[in-house]
Amino acid sequence: MEKYIFYILSFIIIAFAVASVSSRKMLRSVIYLLFVLCGIAGIYFLIDYNFLAAIQLTVYAGGIIVLIIFSVLLVHHIEMELEMAKVSRKILTGFLCLLGLGVFLYTIYNNDFNVIENDITTSTADIGTKLLSYDAGGFILPFEVVSVLLLAAMIGAIVIAKGRKLTDKNEEAL
Amino acid sequence: MIAGISIYEILTVTSILFFIGIYGFITRKNLISVLISIELILNASVINFVVINKYLYPDMLQGVVFSIFIIAVAAAETALAVSIIINLYRQISSVEVKDTEVMKY
Repeated sequence: MEKYIFYILSFIIIAFAVASVSSRKMLRSVIYLLFVLCGIAGIYFLIDYNFLAAIQLTVYAGGIIVLIIFSVLLVHHIEMELEMAKVSRKILTGFLCLLGLGVFLYTIYNNDFNVIENDITTSTADIGTKLLSYDAGGFILPFEVVSVLLLAAMIGAIVIAKGRKLTDKNEEAL
Repeated sequence: MIAGISIYEILTVTSILFFIGIYGFITRKNLISVLISIELILNASVINFVVINKYLYPDMLQGVVFSIFIIAVAAAETALAVSIIINLYRQISSVEVKDTEVMKY
């Protein structure tokens, strides 16, 4: 049963990813990306990382997609068709990507993975303990650094998006 | 683990997703589309972290923790990129890659 769910999910992911990079309408492209992200959350549910799936749904599907949709609506007419690359360039890029994919798959299928059969369920409490642990192998330092990074990104986004107004005074002085 | 699915199949799916992202990154001419392609690439790498954690080292949590950090950094990056795009649109009224010649503050 899980097998078929995985096949359906991976079909959804790949089909919508292709649609997302080839659609000529901007807003549709973003919505296709939303489907890809939901499919990926489904894969996390399948391999029993419920917390990660919840993060994927809230941060990506709930946050990033809304942010991108806002920016699309702010800078585009909805009906505007996107400019596409030349056909020759598309074919060349597609060919190079297939070549790279071939190299990847060749390497992956020739590698002998030491898979451990298991049925371990990871609870959210385990992840939280690991994140906040001071012991060797704990992740308290990167956790704090990420919080500073998010603060810096927030302030930076406000300053950059404000733009012009900050420089008006300087221009008057000139 | 997903019953009946080997690690090879999942890695195949993520490799395909990664190269779809690269294809979009190169062929798209619009800054927001480029951002979407970057999201695809990042997501492919996050699945790889999680799957390798689950299949090869099931008693550890490093892969999960690192994917949480990747998601946080991706969120910060998207917020900054969107603010840069909006500021750029105010100044040159375009979000096409070829029009983007000035990014100086």
